[in-house]
Amino acid sequence: MERQQILYLWASGSALDSGTVGWAFHDGTDGSGPALPDGSPPYATGVAALRDGWMLLQSSQLTPPLPGEEHLNAYLEYEFVFERRVTT
Amino acid sequence: MAEFVANGFIRFDAIVPADINERAIDEMRQLEAERLAPGGMKPPHTGTPLDECYPAPSVIGEYLRLPRIQGIIESFVGPNPTFDHDWTHHIHPHATYVQPLHVDAITDSTDPTFDVQLFWYPHDVAPGEGGTRFVPGSHLRRVRSSGLDRYQHINGEQQFSGPAGTVVVFHHGLWHAGQPNPGDGDRWMHKVRLNPTVAQVRLWNTDDLPDLQNPPSDHIFARILPDSVAQIFRTWHPWMSVTDYRNEQVQRARLWRYLTGDETYDVDHYLTRLEGRGALVGS
Repeated sequence: MERQQILYLWASGSALDSGTVGWAFHDGTDGSGPALPDGSPPYATGVAALRDGWMLLQSSQLTPPLPGEEHLNAYLEYEFVFERRVTT
Repeated sequence: MAEFVANGFIRFDAIVPADINERAIDEMRQLEAERLAPGGMKPPHTGTPLDECYPAPSVIGEYLRLPRIQGIIESFVGPNPTFDHDWTHHIHPHATYVQPLHVDAITDSTDPTFDVQLFWYPHDVAPGEGGTRFVPGSHLRRVRSSGLDRYQHINGEQQFSGPAGTVVVFHHGLWHAGQPNPGDGDRWMHKVRLNPTVAQVRLWNTDDLPDLQNPPSDHIFARILPDSVAQIFRTWHPWMSVTDYRNEQVQRARLWRYLTGDETYDVDHYLTRLEGRGALVGS
């Protein structure tokens, strides 16, 4: 059966080779698939994740700030979502 | 205070005496058991002046009335703050629940006023044994609490560990979460949120402020004072992008204007530049 692993990486810039500042991992294989590499973060960039076999599903759109909100921060802005399909 | 503005928290290690810490856990346990029960121990009503909260005999009251704790509270929210709410956080040994990262309450207003939340740890918390997770520098961002759930790991985040009697003062907007407790002992923490009733302007000891308050010309790409508030406001947390960092400097400067009453205060020219040009419109 094919199952999905999902990796979120948040980067310090809008490019896939920007440095990772946050991450999250959701494992549809419930531990029977490959684990993330050791390290905090597990991948220094999104490109490093690609090289380890992850497939990019989505990257965040670049949206201009709304008038009056130019200097307000909110969520981590540059989000990249990856998947890895594992047959178990 | 400038570090609090830059980081969103400040900690006071072992500030509560051992005697109070040792007696506190029984009272925290009682409050936990009886808070929602038909009778028994109850927290104060929201809006109660702090001085009237937990009258004697109460260990929590003893803690809140310690002169050093009162001094800390007054420095942030002034005299006569009111009680918002409190909670006894109890994580059992070997508890595995991972609370998602969150901010308390709702998305904040745009004004710079703030509440403080005092996190009191009455016993030693070893590294990794259930201490509160938090993200330094996250307190001035405008988010919805549930939107933070997905951030399992953020560079530079911390998990509290420290000696018994440590109190950590949080800006109410700081992202935080309870953590699993792989240790063998119960982990207790009392959190109380306090609302100011006066403008939070120069409420702390500002004797050194004339020496540290940089002029608005202080600019990293021009000239800077080496030892100044601006240098503290240049704290770049490792999870921040360049844009995040610069916007945070703007938010810190705005908060500092409120705290000091100095409407010209700036760091790295961001506000002054825009205000100067803005004044030209229509002239």
